Amino acid sequence: MEIPYVVQPRPDTGLYNAKLGIWLFLASEVMLFGALFSSYILLRIGAAPGAWPHGLLNIPIGTVNTLVLITSSITVVMAWASLKLNQFNRFKMFQGITLVCAMLFVCIKSYEYYDKFTHYEVIMTDGMVADGHLVEKSDTHITLKHVAVFHEGEGTAGDHHGEHREEMRIEAAQIRKMENYGPWHNTYLAIYFTLTALHALHVIGGAAVIAYLWGPGSRMWKTDPERFTNRIEISGLFWHFVDLVWIFLFPVLYLL
Amino acid sequence: MQSTTSQTGHTEAHDAHHEEPGFWRAYVFSTDHKVIGIQYGVTSLIFLLFGFFLMMMMRWQIAYPGHPIPVMGPILEKVLGDVASGGVMSSDLYNSFGAMHGTIMVFLAVVPLAFAAFGNYVVPLQIGAVDMAFPRINMVSYQCFVVGGVVMMVSFFIPGGAAQAGWTSYSPLATSIPTDGQTFWILGMVFLITSSLLGAVNFIATIIQLRAPGMTWMRLPFFVWAQFVTAFLLLLAFPPLEAAAVMQLMDKVAHTSFFLPTGLAIGGNLANVSGGGSPLLWQHLFWFLGHPEVYVLILPALGIVAEVVANNTRKPLWGYKSLVYASLAIGFLSFIVWAHHMYLTGMGTAISTFFQTTTMIISIPSVVILTCLLISLWGGSIRINTPMLFALGFLPMFGIGGLTGLPLGLNYSDIHLHDTYYVIAHFHYVVAPGTIFGLMAGIYYWYPKATGRFMSEFWGKVHFWTSLVFMNLIFQPMFAQGMAGMLRRMVDGGVNYSLAKVGNDAIGGLSDTMIGMNVGISHAAWLLGVSQIPFIINFFWSITHGKKVTSDNPWDATTLEWQTPTPPPHGNFATAMKVYHGPYEYSAPGQSKDFAPQNEPMR
Repeated sequence: MEIPYVVQPRPDTGLYNAKLGIWLFLASEVMLFGALFSSYILLRIGAAPGAWPHGLLNIPIGTVNTLVLITSSITVVMAWASLKLNQFNRFKMFQGITLVCAMLFVCIKSYEYYDKFTHYEVIMTDGMVADGHLVEKSDTHITLKHVAVFHEGEGTAGDHHGEHREEMRIEAAQIRKMENYGPWHNTYLAIYFTLTALHALHVIGGAAVIAYLWGPGSRMWKTDPERFTNRIEISGLFWHFVDLVWIFLFPVLYLL
Repeated sequence: MQSTTSQTGHTEAHDAHHEEPGFWRAYVFSTDHKVIGIQYGVTSLIFLLFGFFLMMMMRWQIAYPGHPIPVMGPILEKVLGDVASGGVMSSDLYNSFGAMHGTIMVFLAVVPLAFAAFGNYVVPLQIGAVDMAFPRINMVSYQCFVVGGVVMMVSFFIPGGAAQAGWTSYSPLATSIPTDGQTFWILGMVFLITSSLLGAVNFIATIIQLRAPGMTWMRLPFFVWAQFVTAFLLLLAFPPLEAAAVMQLMDKVAHTSFFLPTGLAIGGNLANVSGGGSPLLWQHLFWFLGHPEVYVLILPALGIVAEVVANNTRKPLWGYKSLVYASLAIGFLSFIVWAHHMYLTGMGTAISTFFQTTTMIISIPSVVILTCLLISLWGGSIRINTPMLFALGFLPMFGIGGLTGLPLGLNYSDIHLHDTYYVIAHFHYVVAPGTIFGLMAGIYYWYPKATGRFMSEFWGKVHFWTSLVFMNLIFQPMFAQGMAGMLRRMVDGGVNYSLAKVGNDAIGGLSDTMIGMNVGISHAAWLLGVSQIPFIINFFWSITHGKKVTSDNPWDATTLEWQTPTPPPHGNFATAMKVYHGPYEYSAPGQSKDFAPQNEPMR
């Protein structure tokens, strides 16, 4: 028993099975991310006036990460083209760069997450808010650095309001409420973490497949080069989709 | 070819280089679409029975609120503990059973049976393919389904019990009930969504890529078209629910506030949440899946009924092209009607007008399909056998279900009927005597192909007539109850309403007649349970004891699934199929017999 059109395209559709399969899969992915982007729009429109935070993320870092992903998009095409040109070593090189870019992206993203999880908003008993990065925490006091201090209800950290201090020590007794900028902090961070984490999972999953096809999976090049090239094309299509999602995520979450 | 039974052995020479797979590979981790179809079928039939069992327990509580459940009560107490203390169903347990009845019936029973089981078994055969396009993904799809089902089942036994917020899991209710059952529900759904996503990709790719030579689009049997549209609905409608599930999971686990508004109070206290979320967002995302899901439930059954009707009227389906275009129209329109489930949320008149309009429009292709099937009966020499009985039963039942939906699609009448037993009666007429009758027709119809034996005709007819009577005795009175204002999801079956009434039959109260119907309905439900016993015994007994088929094509059918050996071996066909004409060439003039199989040229 042999399933037809596994490698060769079916003449009347012009597609081999897996290529149609990945496009269908991507269609459902569009609906998945589409639903989340729609949720973002609905939540933002529904937010109380002035309540939607701005400037919580570091735009230069986001820009670098965007460039990293775009680079990987280029190399993933070059890798596939190299196989079409029968240049296996060039494929190895380009796809290697793709993998490095993927890892770099995940590392930068992790740093951004870490930055948010150490970023605290401390509401004090005297109605002042201290907003900064946690350096030290003990039973008696905490220490923050790069702190903005402002009256409660007078804007948020991103607005650059209030008084700035390099470092600040706050006694435990002074603290009324203290919360870091995790997804629980506000709805913007909730959608930021959900969208970027889901995207990061896609990056990691895609990179895992590309790594397999770059390493042990590349043995197929010797036995069935056409099918191997198809596999690279499919993983490339998925990778482009992952990049495309980020192209939408970056302006929506960082710039707007 | 039709007059002899070519057993599996005939193809062994053809497949000699294949080694026989062992037990695990052949029956558990099989990649053969027919085995996977049967796996799906048996699993989902078990879930169907279990979902029905939950409802039979709830019907006791509705009919005799506060009384211990006979026979099952002590067992429930033993298995589930305090929630059934003294054998009485507590309101927590009632809520769990209600939520899980809906979830199980929709996501673990009817959809897997209609789409995955029948689709897997029949679609590749009907298009003349050797298997699905991605056999291993097919296997993974079934495994995800099983994992999802297990997660749902396990949630009954965790502290706090299974999800309690209805199958719709509206937030903030779903988020604030103190049980991890909802988290299990979400995780289970993620597995089920993954399963149906893999299935949908596979079906569409198979139908587009693996059609046999000559099998053009307009020569596809209508069942294949129905599955094709269904697959697209699953592919595109489920991901938004997955997104919603992820966000609800974040609300439960990471304490975000996607669906929790500012100032939310739980139990009289201000909830400790950041707020700013939107409860309506959940409803939009849920019903964006929810409405296409209705057509996922109904289209495969329509496909099965079309096959059975064409075969047993011995004439071509009336309006094949209308059927095809109508199902495509349904597929498209089903994505833009979702908010008719949300008239009570206070939407503006413009939005509500839009959704009323699309809802009225989508009834047109549904009526077209039903009309085509009805007119197909006209002038046919109808063979009355069990599959045909179920198909004939389907038509008026689905008609009642569909037509009673119209008042729910118009917001003025919906405001009165919303959340009453009328709604329950409406969608159960579509799905229970509707879809499930269609699926039963399919089981009796394709059983001889899968096993080489017929199911008993006599017990099949007993199954049909008793089911038909009791289904109607259950759901007809609910229309009356609903119009009288009896609400759904009430643990005491509406007794609080009768206490609140002002004089007999006063507006605002429920009459004793209406409340009294609960008892009759419950008895009908239990008798419906009893009527399934002949089917269950028949189903298993006939595997070894049923009347043997004398031909590969016992119903004298035209479509390709009957041109295989019986049961079809791995790889399906003894020779490669080539298709010469459309699917329903029955009683064509000038032929030697009254049917022309698709793989035989016509004279």
